[in-house]
Amino acid sequence: MVLVFVETENGKVRKAALEAVYYGYLTAQKLGTSCQALLLGNAEDATSLGLYGATLVHQNDSLGFNFFDNQVFSAAIAQAAKKLEASVIVLSHSSNGKSLIGNIAYLLDAGSVSAAIDIPNTDNGFSVRKGVFSSKALVNIDILTNVKVVSVLGNSLQINVVGSNAEIQQLTLDVLQPGIKVLSVDKLQSNVTPLPEAERVVSGGRGLKGPENWGIVEELADVLHATTACSRPVSDADWRPHHEHVGQTGIAIRPNLYIAIGISGAIQHLAGVNNSKTIVVINKDPEAPFFKSANYGVVGDLFDVVPKLTEAIKNLNA
Amino acid sequence: MKLLVCISKTPDTTAKIAFNGDNTKLETAGITFIMNPYDEWYALVKAIEIQEKWGGSVSVLHVGPSENDPIIRKALAIGATDAYRIDTEAVSADQVAFQMASFIQQHAFDIIFTGKETIDYNGAEVGGRLAAQLNLPFISFASHLDIVTENEAIVKRDMEGGTETIQVNTPFVISAAKGMAEQRIPNMKGIMTAKSKPLNVVTPQPYSSKISIVSHELPPAKKAVQYIDPENMAELARLLREEAKVI
Repeated sequence: MVLVFVETENGKVRKAALEAVYYGYLTAQKLGTSCQALLLGNAEDATSLGLYGATLVHQNDSLGFNFFDNQVFSAAIAQAAKKLEASVIVLSHSSNGKSLIGNIAYLLDAGSVSAAIDIPNTDNGFSVRKGVFSSKALVNIDILTNVKVVSVLGNSLQINVVGSNAEIQQLTLDVLQPGIKVLSVDKLQSNVTPLPEAERVVSGGRGLKGPENWGIVEELADVLHATTACSRPVSDADWRPHHEHVGQTGIAIRPNLYIAIGISGAIQHLAGVNNSKTIVVINKDPEAPFFKSANYGVVGDLFDVVPKLTEAIKNLNA
Repeated sequence: MKLLVCISKTPDTTAKIAFNGDNTKLETAGITFIMNPYDEWYALVKAIEIQEKWGGSVSVLHVGPSENDPIIRKALAIGATDAYRIDTEAVSADQVAFQMASFIQQHAFDIIFTGKETIDYNGAEVGGRLAAQLNLPFISFASHLDIVTENEAIVKRDMEGGTETIQVNTPFVISAAKGMAEQRIPNMKGIMTAKSKPLNVVTPQPYSSKISIVSHELPPAKKAVQYIDPENMAELARLLREEAKVI
């Protein structure tokens, strides 16, 4: 059985969790087994996990899952995997998923691969594909153990409806006492799609000259229903909040559309964004290295070009 | 406080990546290797800052052969007190974590640092595996760490679209992200004293890796960029809808 750990946010299933369930479903199809989901806590839309391939949702809503403690969650997921005799455990490659994968794999004496971009090849073993060297190369890794743990990189596969609403079953688990105390959680307003999940991202660099000029970036993001991001010098100068920084030391993303405005495209920036499916680069410097990685390039003054693009998209939508 | 920083060796960010004949290993000719930036800039420097304020020691721990010693000496030059090198080739996250945790179990450290991930295999798995084997709390992607007392810390952790503030007692495992500290360049005195600091060689434990690399590939070459007239943004909007199908 393939068991998928489902992440939630504000009492709802996260998009990354739907992708993980669909990945689990495709993997289970290949292995000739079923895909089931594990929900720790509550989600009002948990039955919808069935649409993406979970035949059953196991739930434990102990108070211990109200905040994220790596040890508590890892122990519970490993325990559930043993109890339900799961052979493959699928996680989302989110900040929590990245924290959990090594811990769960150790507890299950399992081999693990994080940030998978494709369903496993099971022709000869169990081989998982991922990007390496900051997406300059790809690797196929064989997991040699009976139990396998895989995390799925966001926006790696297009989810489809393959089933109907799933039944929810309570699962008894021994929940550990937490070893940490979460004092506060500071989040963006909930109507903004977090960067790792965003399908469209509009990103600004030093070319914008100052934080007071971000209006044109935000207006373009608005008409595209995109999330805003920025380059490292911009977050270092505090023009934009730290969590908007995409690139090697910031967040790595792979949206369908990445629009880079006034960003030259240093290799450290590219490392975090060059997996985006379509890249648009707007820069007045025709020598900007970013153009080499772009699908569409506009050499021009961003203060002219960006409002025109916003207008053009508005007209297209009208 | 007794602090430990786990360090890894990676190709330089700007290295051109190629693989050997059967694509199982990185072609190392012509590549400059560095200390993994998250280990160096954030984990190591933060540990040194804590040691400067609270006293104690900063040990560095590395899994790899003796040819990696220059990377360990650099950590000593930046300010680590001593170093341990587990004398075996690093082959996977589970193997590295197992070797490191087996060593750590023989010693008592208050805080065990890793970088948030390595820039080669980008796995982010070692911290979690260490914490599991050592049965300790693990806080990942920490962007701030404040020591309140010798056995209590406040940590800020990055997550999707925000941060969490966490209180934790020592001992614990923490993975360091940007924001935790500022990069330090070793000075001449550091480089000179590093030569005489202890670099202890540790015999590895028997272990076989739970994964194996089948093959590497380079991504397909990208199509040449299509330039759009800056006066014709309607054309760009049309292409994004009709050709790229992304809006």
